[in-house]
Amino acid sequence: MAVTVRIPTQLRSLSGDAAEVEVEAATVAEALKALEDKHPGFGERLFDEKGELRRFVNVFVADEDIRFMQGIDTALAAGTTVSIVPAVAGG
Amino acid sequence: MSPVTDATAVESKTVLGLRCRECGREFEVAPIYTCEWCFGPLEVAYDYDAIGRITSRERIAAGPASLWRYADLLPVASNPSVDLGTGFTPLVRADRLAAELGLGEVLIKNDTRNPTNSFKDRVVTIALSKALEFGFKVAACASTGNLANSVAAHAAHAGLRSYVFIPSNLEQGKVVTTSVYGGNVVAIEGNYDDVNRLCAELAGIYEWAFVNVNMRPFYAEGSKTLAFETAEQLGWQVPDHVVVPAASGSLLTKIQKGFQELHRVGLLDEEPNVRVSGAQALGCSPIATAFIEESDTIRPVKPDTIAKSLAIGNPADGYFALDAVRKSGGGFSSVTDGEIVEGMELLARTEGIFAETAGGVTIATLQKLAAAGVIRADERVVVYITGHGLKTIEAVAATSGPTATIAPNLDAFHAAFDIEDH
Repeated sequence: MAVTVRIPTQLRSLSGDAAEVEVEAATVAEALKALEDKHPGFGERLFDEKGELRRFVNVFVADEDIRFMQGIDTALAAGTTVSIVPAVAGG
Repeated sequence: MSPVTDATAVESKTVLGLRCRECGREFEVAPIYTCEWCFGPLEVAYDYDAIGRITSRERIAAGPASLWRYADLLPVASNPSVDLGTGFTPLVRADRLAAELGLGEVLIKNDTRNPTNSFKDRVVTIALSKALEFGFKVAACASTGNLANSVAAHAAHAGLRSYVFIPSNLEQGKVVTTSVYGGNVVAIEGNYDDVNRLCAELAGIYEWAFVNVNMRPFYAEGSKTLAFETAEQLGWQVPDHVVVPAASGSLLTKIQKGFQELHRVGLLDEEPNVRVSGAQALGCSPIATAFIEESDTIRPVKPDTIAKSLAIGNPADGYFALDAVRKSGGGFSSVTDGEIVEGMELLARTEGIFAETAGGVTIATLQKLAAAGVIRADERVVVYITGHGLKTIEAVAATSGPTATIAPNLDAFHAAFDIEDH
């Protein structure tokens, strides 16, 4: 099913400056894999050498942090927005 | 001219650039905050030998009675440019508190004594001074309250427009003391982590100086001045142990860095060996939990605590704070809302200092770690009290009121108070 991935400013050089990329995916993991397939380079930026999401990369599904759901196995409904957001300091 | 273009013109002779704390990649000085490779936080990289040649204890002593006396160790080229007189706050001996807790020497770094009554003035004076260097016209922040106060005030003083974003459930005291400065105050229907996420996205759209987003590498450096002042006020000595409240973990990390930098530039004779302990509220304790569980993973939480200024469920500098505490041999603890209120009352009753809920967290943690033997009676302990109690008056309003309400005559007084010792 089609979902939208929101790309942060820091990674838009990989998506040809696009702020959003449409991909076909049923889980977050599939969405990020599809992003890599469409725009090579995303994979190594988002995942470390062990294949884990880098610890300063936050991923949200419809405004909820995936760490409160099933992590990268979180299921996606059609039309869902997946956002990649850098961590921000305190206030 | 865009702010980013201006950035390359702003190079201080002691600043080498920005460096990723995670992977070490280096970047030019600019209003950027995350490594474009691994998303790790960027930090200012200094030429410490160059600073060492410029700075001295005498030069600092001859400086202003504010944090700007440490300008040689700060990433700002022209200073002070946005200054309300922040810093050089009192370091107060707390003998009565120490006696109550069975400790030896305890000192309170009373950072309620800043222009907007919290330590956030330290980071904001640096961030907005840097923002002017970059050419920004609008100041902004995501805030749990104290930062909002400070950004609104400093922006007013500097003639900058401001947008501050806060969770809509903040204490009235913090909303009023932000809105009064006349900037835009945007209350978000969500918690701080929601506010933060929105601001990370807004920062990608608007060319504003978000003090804790795109100005963060410079902003965070302001917290080091708490360590600089502590050492200078102790006669260029470091304490044995410090107790620091933790929300994002940035303050704790930077206090430890501050002590190390003083030695690196020759202002301390010996390498500092300061044990660093962290304090969190039980209702938002992702870093303390990782410490206690001896885990290397910090799991985000949904905050539920009266210590709203510490209510960050997804702490950006949590890993660095955890590392600093572990390597220094300190402890990390969390305390209940009831203990927070008792901590506020204990500090007020024994030392005459009224701290906000975050201060209650810090004092209650001091008490807990002292009882556990982590903080020892043979140590000189400095406790960081980072915000004023008037900001969170709701926390103690139910338990603090008149001792008696009486008619205006002697009989009524004598009836209410049986005073033997005239």
